[in-house]
Amino acid sequence: MIAEADLLALVLTLKLALVSTIVLLMLGTPLAWWLARTRWRYKFIPEALVALPLVLPPTVLGFYLLLALGPDGPIGRLSQALGGHSLAFTFTGLVIGSVVYSLPFVVQPLQDAFASVGRRPLEVAATLRASPWDRFFTIAVPLARPGFLTATVLGFAHTLGEFGVVLMIGGNIPGQTRVASIAIYDRVEGLQYAQAHGLAAALLSISFVLLVSVYALNRQHRIVRL
Amino acid sequence: MSIRVRFQIERGTFRLGVDLDLPGSGMSSIFGPSGCGKTSLLRAVAGLDRYADGQCVVNGLCWQDGDLFLPPHRRSLGYVFQEPSLFEHLDVRGNIHYGQKRADPEGRRIALDDAVDLLELGGLMERSPSTLSGGERQRVAIARALAVNPRLLLMDEPLSAVDVSRRQEILPYIESLHRELVIPVIHVSHLPGEVAQVADHVVLLGQDGVEASGDVHDLFTRLDLSLAHESRASSLVEARVAGTEAEFGLARLEFEGGQFLVTQGGLRPGRRVRLRVLARDVSLTLERQADTSILNIIETTVQELQGEDEARVLVRLLAGGTLLLASITRKSAHDLALEPGQRVFAQVKSVALLA
Amino acid sequence: MRMSETGPKEDCHCAMNSRVIPLLLSGLLSLLSAPACADELRVAAASNFRAAADELAKRFEVLGGHDVVLVFGSTGKHFAQIVNGAPYDVFLAADSERPRRLEEAGVGIPGTRFTYATGRLALWSIDPELVEAGGEVLQTGRFRHFAIANPALAPYGRAAKQTLQTLGVWQAIEPKLVMGENVAQAFQFVGSGNAQLGLVAWPQVLQFERGSWWRIPASAHEPIEQQALQLTDASAATAFIDFLQSELAMDVIRSHGYGVADDR
Repeated sequence: MIAEADLLALVLTLKLALVSTIVLLMLGTPLAWWLARTRWRYKFIPEALVALPLVLPPTVLGFYLLLALGPDGPIGRLSQALGGHSLAFTFTGLVIGSVVYSLPFVVQPLQDAFASVGRRPLEVAATLRASPWDRFFTIAVPLARPGFLTATVLGFAHTLGEFGVVLMIGGNIPGQTRVASIAIYDRVEGLQYAQAHGLAAALLSISFVLLVSVYALNRQHRIVRL
Repeated sequence: MSIRVRFQIERGTFRLGVDLDLPGSGMSSIFGPSGCGKTSLLRAVAGLDRYADGQCVVNGLCWQDGDLFLPPHRRSLGYVFQEPSLFEHLDVRGNIHYGQKRADPEGRRIALDDAVDLLELGGLMERSPSTLSGGERQRVAIARALAVNPRLLLMDEPLSAVDVSRRQEILPYIESLHRELVIPVIHVSHLPGEVAQVADHVVLLGQDGVEASGDVHDLFTRLDLSLAHESRASSLVEARVAGTEAEFGLARLEFEGGQFLVTQGGLRPGRRVRLRVLARDVSLTLERQADTSILNIIETTVQELQGEDEARVLVRLLAGGTLLLASITRKSAHDLALEPGQRVFAQVKSVALLA
Repeated sequence: MRMSETGPKEDCHCAMNSRVIPLLLSGLLSLLSAPACADELRVAAASNFRAAADELAKRFEVLGGHDVVLVFGSTGKHFAQIVNGAPYDVFLAADSERPRRLEEAGVGIPGTRFTYATGRLALWSIDPELVEAGGEVLQTGRFRHFAIANPALAPYGRAAKQTLQTLGVWQAIEPKLVMGENVAQAFQFVGSGNAQLGLVAWPQVLQFERGSWWRIPASAHEPIEQQALQLTDASAATAFIDFLQSELAMDVIRSHGYGVADDR
């Protein structure tokens, strides 16, 4: 029931969600850690910046990304200086867009989780001769596990459904930037409702199965042997 | 061999200056009411809080001096926090193992099995912290702190977070630690009973800073300090079990300056004990009494007298090398014409065995 | 004249109206929640026709005293909305297929379907040096991305593909294609510099007045017939349909870069 082109779109969507989530966790974890721990009295500024993608309409975000990626924009100039070309219409460009778009969904749960770890367990670990990195990985991360779970799930799911941003900077290239949400939109625009239903159903099922597995896994293993 | 501690602690409006030399072995207790800065001081020694211009040298290891500051994870110390603070995501074994894995290779090897036995944790190893009682958790915390082979153990009011009824559960462990450990311990408390039981050296902290720092037997009986003026003011006596009078269910405890007979049958001869003698359980006579039911009569010399209130007087006595405290009525003091240097006999009605 | 649209308002030259479309059709209708005033005319118009439509509406209001509400969007979206009962009076599509389908389905007033404008394409770049009349740059291949509207969905995209095929460069250019959902998006791709070159609607280039361009000859592709359909029998609707076929209206339409049915 699903055309090959649509399967390709589905696979691309999953790939985008996976890569974006990984990048978000890598970037978001140190940022969330700093936000949770810093006592800087202007920290509300970076906090507001992180939350900005929550309130911006995705197409507005996408539009400004399009400008930023262009030859006169900051990212475009950077990529050109590095010897490359515009990142619009590329998978990398989509990853950048997804990272910006889903940033608050990853950073905020992580920040909350790190904050709730509190100072005491880390002080205890310090008195047990654990260095700062050691403390982070053996104490903060395990104790913040629910936050990591939420961040991963939200980041992944949010990217799966991303449309407005991809619409603006994607260019609809099969295998590169034609993700499932765009494919569904195209089918609807082209009055091919049966295919649209099929693809939408597939996307929904995959998302559901993923969510169920992640939450099921989290139920076990409350105690971890280090 | 000493522990040198000098800090100017400032937290908000709170100020505390300390300049102390503590013994490099044995248990030193920092004693004082809440809010006087005991915990702040302990945290400063640990490096958990950093104060400018502090100095902390532990048995030759310089942890802080001027610009030099070792962060806590580079100091060879163990710290037991007031609230048990076990890692919730690890079981008991995991908690202790956490310390073990990061143990100081230069530190004195505390055989972990011994610590685990000492603290009687054998049956708890697989348990999760949330299933333990406050006392059990604190014992695990102590074992965990010892697992890093520290050169100094710091304990912040280890009994406070434990139910009063449970405190007796842990105190013996702390006391046996005191006996068994070679490393020095700095221990913070506001409970005189706890300090009496385990301390060798006491730092008395008041609202205005350090009031006194010295040997525990001395400080408990010093008439110029608040300790002697508590309702349960007492003196501490180090004794050794010399023998028993089995047919009467008594044990004979010898100390420097005399002996006590106590109704405690099962004591092993040769064992060292610490006794607590409440000042109000001590009465004085000018001549040794005969035909009395009081078993323990010690020959002493009056060191010092001080009025307690309108009716009572505290008397500091010396028997051999042992200090005793007596609380008697002013009238009696007057009638007996007590004065320093005088020989009197202390009749001790009851003696508490602290360990 | 009031104007509402389904996309975020833009004040730059780029006519950007793309909006998220719900995947299931039934939830679409929320455009005009207030009941229509007596003489208010609601027109669903193709986004690319915006500038011309604005002027036409202004003139019509002056003439007839009716208020015109223009709703811009993609023809496909409008089609779906109209099929599900959206309260438009007139449909100005970007193609002929959607109005034809509506008519076949019995929607709208029979016999009112006609071509109100014919579209022309332009080869365009934001770089003022890149494009010359004749479009030699197409042969040189000195560009990374070439933007067109999606031929599967948009009439201007279909015409673009035909143009490239006519010019014999389709094979060479196809790997470099990036597709916008509609010609307005293709325009943004080129306008932001991310696509060095593209085939967009001539009226867009006319309005933007920047970069370099070549107006594609009409013979390069099948005519882009933009057709209108009257949807309700309101008197204002009939008047508007008549107005569109007047000399005045046709002049306005031509001035914005479109052809009218009579011209060939």
